Amino acid sequence: MGARDPVIVGVADTALVEGKMAAGTTPLSMQAHAAKAALDEAGLRVADVDGLLVAGAWGQPRPGNMMPIALAEYFGIRPSFADGTNIGGSSFEMFVGHAAMALRQGMCEVALILYGSDQRSARARTLGGRPTYYSLQYEVPWGQPTPLGSYAMAAQRHMHLYGTRPEQLAEVAVSAREWARLNPAAMMRDEMGIDDVLATAMIADPLRRADCCLVTDGGGAIVMTTAERAADLDGTAIDVLGFGESMSHITIGAMPDVAWHTTAAEAGARAFAMAGLTPGDIDVAEIYDSFTITVLMSLEALGFCGRGESGAFVADGRTRPGGAFPMNTNGGGLSFAHPGMYGIFLVTEAVRQLRGEAGPRQVPGARVALAHGTGGTLSSGATCILARR
Amino acid sequence: MSDKPLPTIDPDSAPFWAACGEGRLDLPHCRACARPHFPPRALCPHCHEVGCDWRAAAGTGTIHTFTVARRPAHPGFKDEVPYVVALIDLDEGVRMMSNIVTDDPDAVAIGQRVEVVFDKVTDDLTMPKFQRID
Repeated sequence: MGARDPVIVGVADTALVEGKMAAGTTPLSMQAHAAKAALDEAGLRVADVDGLLVAGAWGQPRPGNMMPIALAEYFGIRPSFADGTNIGGSSFEMFVGHAAMALRQGMCEVALILYGSDQRSARARTLGGRPTYYSLQYEVPWGQPTPLGSYAMAAQRHMHLYGTRPEQLAEVAVSAREWARLNPAAMMRDEMGIDDVLATAMIADPLRRADCCLVTDGGGAIVMTTAERAADLDGTAIDVLGFGESMSHITIGAMPDVAWHTTAAEAGARAFAMAGLTPGDIDVAEIYDSFTITVLMSLEALGFCGRGESGAFVADGRTRPGGAFPMNTNGGGLSFAHPGMYGIFLVTEAVRQLRGEAGPRQVPGARVALAHGTGGTLSSGATCILARR
Repeated sequence: MSDKPLPTIDPDSAPFWAACGEGRLDLPHCRACARPHFPPRALCPHCHEVGCDWRAAAGTGTIHTFTVARRPAHPGFKDEVPYVVALIDLDEGVRMMSNIVTDDPDAVAIGQRVEVVFDKVTDDLTMPKFQRID
């Protein structure tokens, strides 16, 4: 290991009850508590933080939504490196990569990645909440449910081309539920089978209610530093071996191929190349599950199975607890929590698995994990590959 | 007046919407590489040169994919569910979102041929929608 190699030394997420944050919490206070918990775990202080990376939906909508400086004030710090880029739910896998670069370059010593949302408590989520500006003027006025309808269009095309079946989509939700049943922090823990998923209401063909992620509050924090600094800290540092990102479109009509997750393929290939690893080296995968189709298309794009083969890949229970390919081990966005943007939880869960701290849901001997985020309407992909030394 | 969300028309999009009001589906074609693109913008997304000319499309195309909205995306669509939202590949080679006007959403399928129909939504706005031609 090199002295300035990037490592993750602390993670935290906000405890929820029935998907909601405690009374008296704001998106900002939620992030403060998560930051303190993650820094405590690392043996670091708020005053040590000189890199701040944040994306979300809170704050002043216009003019300008300057989250890094709003949080710098709230925390009482003056970061020398900040990133407030929002590419959707994948922003947090991108941030791990950006923090890694900043740490290597000496732009900061301790980077803090944050997310906080009160969307469930605030009842902020609708199927048509986006304004009709710019290219969205060619989407919203036709009543496209957002973002659901665009994922539904991708699923429809995937089923048309490859024969992917509703029960194969359902398996993604069932697998997530099986993992959630092992996680006391998960919102949805009742037993659920394929038939139960297929019995839920059709919302936007071919996606049913149980193909869609939860709507919850939630927040989290990730603390990164250099291998040199981590050597002086207690606890297990997790290495960031590789990362990659890609983005292509905001409207689904501009997606390069509606049945192929191009940005996931590009981000994943970059992350694997940097890490010097292949899909076969991954012990546990945390893959963004805004919708069941998101997972199937990501599995293909990341190279875990061939194009069009993802339905068959998951169909035998491969991704469930005890299966050959442990995936979304906290219950995912489908059964654990999904506060608007889910990406930070892909990393917090991957880190806990690599540290061997995941309790009943621990994947035995997990040494290498992949966290892959998808943002927007299959608009962006960001991948990071993490490992325990 | 419609209680649905209406496009926020801007200088990039104004020629497209104006043509719809005159019963034409106009597309921007790059002056450098001659290829059409959609949505309209200041530079060609294929060759990245600036400058385009507007030309009328035939108004015919093929359903690339679609969904049936069983719940309204906005309260303004409450009386229309279930309705079909589709991506249409126009014969000129661009992809466009619109509605498929039909009494039978369950009969809509990928690959069906469609043609444009114009829906005058307000005095100032006409929206292109599509219906099956087979």
